[in-house]
Amino acid sequence: MTSASAQTSESIVAVSRSVLLRRRVFGHYGLLFGLAVLGIVVAAAVFAPLLAEHSPYTQNLAARMKPPFWMAGSDPSHLLGTDQLGRDYLARLLYGARISLLIGLVTALISGLIGTALGVAAGYFGGKVDLAVTFLINVRLAMPVVLVALAIVALFGGSLQIVILVLGFLLWDRFAVVMRSSVMQIRGLEYVNAARAIGCSTPRILLSEIMPNVANNLIVVMTLEMAHAILLEAALSFLGLGVQPPTPSWGLMISEGKEMMLFQPWLITIPGIALFLLVLAINLLGDGLRDVTAPEAKG
Amino acid sequence: MLAFALKRLGLAVLVTFTVSAISFSLLHLSGDPATAIAGENATEADIAAINEQYGFDRPFAEQYAEWLWNAVQGDFGQSYYFKLPVAELIADRLSVTMTLGVCAISFALLTAVPLGVLAAIRPNSLIDRIALFISVAGQAMPSFWFGLIMIVVFSIKFRLLPPSGSETWRHFIMPTIVLGYYAMPAIMRLTRAGMLEVLNADYVRTARAKGAGAGRVLFKHALRNAIVPVVSLSAVQMGFMLGGSIVVESIFALHGAGYLAWESIGRHDLPTVQALILIFSCFYILFTLLSDLANAWLDPRIRVG
Repeated sequence: MTSASAQTSESIVAVSRSVLLRRRVFGHYGLLFGLAVLGIVVAAAVFAPLLAEHSPYTQNLAARMKPPFWMAGSDPSHLLGTDQLGRDYLARLLYGARISLLIGLVTALISGLIGTALGVAAGYFGGKVDLAVTFLINVRLAMPVVLVALAIVALFGGSLQIVILVLGFLLWDRFAVVMRSSVMQIRGLEYVNAARAIGCSTPRILLSEIMPNVANNLIVVMTLEMAHAILLEAALSFLGLGVQPPTPSWGLMISEGKEMMLFQPWLITIPGIALFLLVLAINLLGDGLRDVTAPEAKG
Repeated sequence: MLAFALKRLGLAVLVTFTVSAISFSLLHLSGDPATAIAGENATEADIAAINEQYGFDRPFAEQYAEWLWNAVQGDFGQSYYFKLPVAELIADRLSVTMTLGVCAISFALLTAVPLGVLAAIRPNSLIDRIALFISVAGQAMPSFWFGLIMIVVFSIKFRLLPPSGSETWRHFIMPTIVLGYYAMPAIMRLTRAGMLEVLNADYVRTARAKGAGAGRVLFKHALRNAIVPVVSLSAVQMGFMLGGSIVVESIFALHGAGYLAWESIGRHDLPTVQALILIFSCFYILFTLLSDLANAWLDPRIRVG
């Protein structure tokens, strides 16, 4: 701490904002770790067809439950072994990354759109709009997410689209809460008043004065909700009411491996660790982005 | 205080009704309940008979009004599967879920608060880093996976604890840890942040300057103030946990309300699912109401603002 402050006091005028930002990013190990792991998972998802030697769907009953490479009796063509239907576990893991990322991203986009619209409206207009939005947030928080999601998916039938839609319409609460309070903090500031005074329309004020100044918080909430959605999809699929087989979802892989976990514990440890690392990376990235863009809010 | 309490109570009742309306319409509009009961091989006549028997052919608003009127009086209808009153079924199972909830929140508080305090006393020390690691890992760990790993280690490998069932207190140990770990990170972070703030406050410095012992300063002056937001957070977490018990109860086959919910969803047993959603929501609403009232009582600024 002392050496850093001595350094900055010397060159306090010379250091530009972008240099400071770069310094903060490279000094933040959590952020770097998150970026690195997320980068690897994204690469694995994008290049899954190139990286996997086998299809994630092809069954081979003669080669069922081959152990992964670090155990005795492993098959070199199946690095992470095969599952109870003889499907290549590495291929399923790689294609599973696509499912998790897709669900996290699209869910966060849908819920982000709903929550931001509600939160910004509540924060900017206040009064009755704020009361209505706060009420909606209260209602949403009172509904048990897992239970409601399971019930709806069970009625509509599980599929990737249904799971994404259900989660998207359930997870907007944090966006609304954070956007509402961030907009409230800036709606009375001089530049917003100035825009109003020169006759800018409300949509213009919202889009070009308010939104750019709350975008940091939006991105942070987006990462956290992505992680949340990925965990929830895995839990729903694990309970049998999410993405349906034979789709290679990590939650579903854990559910299918559960029967064999007594003798083949790696069937559940491999997808579990993948899930844990992905969610950990996204969370660390979100926390890191908050620390770097708003160092004063570090908790 | 009375005005605040009444206003807050009115809001809670309004939220409860809205939740009941939303969950009722979602479940009734999203599928065809008669087909769900009759099964896939039912004839048209079967379905018509069921529609008439359960009143699915009547206007939607009428069905909702009747259901709500009965629900307020504690009658949630008959379970399609068990052919028993839903209220009885749930009352039977709720004690297990409540026990689990109370154990889990106690476990979370007993581990998270001391850890948060220790981390705040020595920021950036080894213990602070360990606490941070536990909380970051806790947020990323899928609870169903954590449960399975615990079963593999403690039930299968070391044969210490029973993997499923709800007969003895030993059946509750692993579910308590899994569900409690879910609430730990938030409680620990809040305790740590609160303690850090309070330990730098003037009155704590004054207490130290007066020559009060370290233990007295820590517990009598600092923790007492830092713990207030933690209490209200725990109430909210308790509400979330009861809703989240569905995952934990289904892993450990703990026969509580969450397990009942999972089974009922699989069987398309709408009256039971409906009642459970409403009851879990009511718990959440009740806990947040209590915590808001307690906060307003402790801090007059909230009542006015």
